[in-house]
Parts: sequence; C-alpha cells; structure tokens
Amino acid sequence: MRVSVQDAPFVLGDEITAFAAGHKDMGAIVTFTGVVRDLPGDPLQAMEIEHYPGMTEAALTEMAETASKRFSLGDVLIIHRYGRLAPREMIMMVATAARHRKDAFEAAEFLMDYLKSRAPFWKREVTGSGADWVASRDEDEAALDRW
Amino acid sequence: MDVLYFAWVRERIGLPRETVESNAETVADLVKELRAREERYEMAFSDLSALRVAVDQQLSDFDAPLKNVQEIAFFPPMTGG
Repeated sequence: MRVSVQDAPFVLGDEITAFAAGHKDMGAIVTFTGVVRDLPGDPLQAMEIEHYPGMTEAALTEMAETASKRFSLGDVLIIHRYGRLAPREMIMMVATAARHRKDAFEAAEFLMDYLKSRAPFWKREVTGSGADWVASRDEDEAALDRW
Repeated sequence: MDVLYFAWVRERIGLPRETVESNAETVADLVKELRAREERYEMAFSDLSALRVAVDQQLSDFDAPLKNVQEIAFFPPMTGG
C-alpha cells in the first residue's frame, strides 16, 4: 500500500506498470485518474490545490486501509498532487489490485467517493477573470450513502 | 492551542494559523470567541453550515469538546479528487 501527496507530476504509465508488476496473484488492476479540465467560455489558466499537511496523508492512509479490508484487496496506490497545475495535467490517481475485477472496481469507486469529500484538499480555478474556490457538490456528499 | 485555516477561510481571516489562548469548552464556544474579536472573523464564521472542522486532524463537529486538544482547523467542504 502506498499513499503519496506530492507537488511533482507523476507518469501514469510508469506508476501503473510498477504497481501491477508487484503482484503475482492479483488478476485485476483498476485505475482511476483525475485530470484538470478546461472551462467552457472562460479558459482556465491554472488549478491551485491546497491541502492540510499531516491530516491529508493520515486520511488517505485510513481510506486505503478501510478499502483493503472491505474489498479484499492485494494492494492500493493513491497519488494526489497539490500546488499549481495547468489544464490537462493529472491531479491524482488511485490503483487497486484484487484477485478478481469486482473488488478492484468497487474499491476504486469507494476510494474516489471518500477522497472527494473526506480528504482535506481544496481546489481553486484561476481564469482570466479571477480565481474562485471550487464549491463542493451535494451529489459528492450523497455518494457516500451507498457505502 | 493552534488554530489553522484553509482555503477561503484562510483568505478571509488573513492567516494560515495562529495560537489562541482560550478556555472554550467546545468548538462552538471557540467560534463564538473568535467571531467577537474582529470583523474578518465574523465574516469567515458567519455561516457555520458552510464550514467543516477538524480536531487534532480528525474530522469532527462544532459540538466537540476541546479538553486537551492541541490543534483545530476550520475550512470549507473538501473538494479533492
């Protein structure tokens, strides 16, 4: 299990290859990647991500441990960046390894649902007309109900 | 205790963290004391439904007791992922 909160970019392919290579008995690897998307109308110059050092790592580690038990995972990887990111840069990724795909898919969704509204990150979108904190969405909070 | 502010709470108050001497018994009591200080705190804490709180780096709520607590953080709902 690995959790990394970092300002540096990561190379998705390298991360997945290394993650998958570590397991002989895991038949399923699922990955999710979050990417900075451009905004229609008012082009995005940057996305700034703030976090709570200490609590962030602890919260992500706890989520990874919970997911590992609940879905019988062989391994979990979570990488989340902070700082100033340009459009199309990768913000974060999760990877899950399990013997069969159902656990790997469900665990990745579980992790993403929790990460969205329980990990202390805050995004701010910078455009030509100013900078705005991204508002949380009710459906992200509601998504936790199914777990 | 150390009080930390993130995102727009930090911007409104104008500080990322400060040390606060207080005998407040709960998070809500501490908020009441902070609001009475200055306009910028009043602005930041005017709508508690828009705020979340962590006590010693664990998500908590405004009723939480502050006995032996070392670090409190106030911030808007999180937007990771």
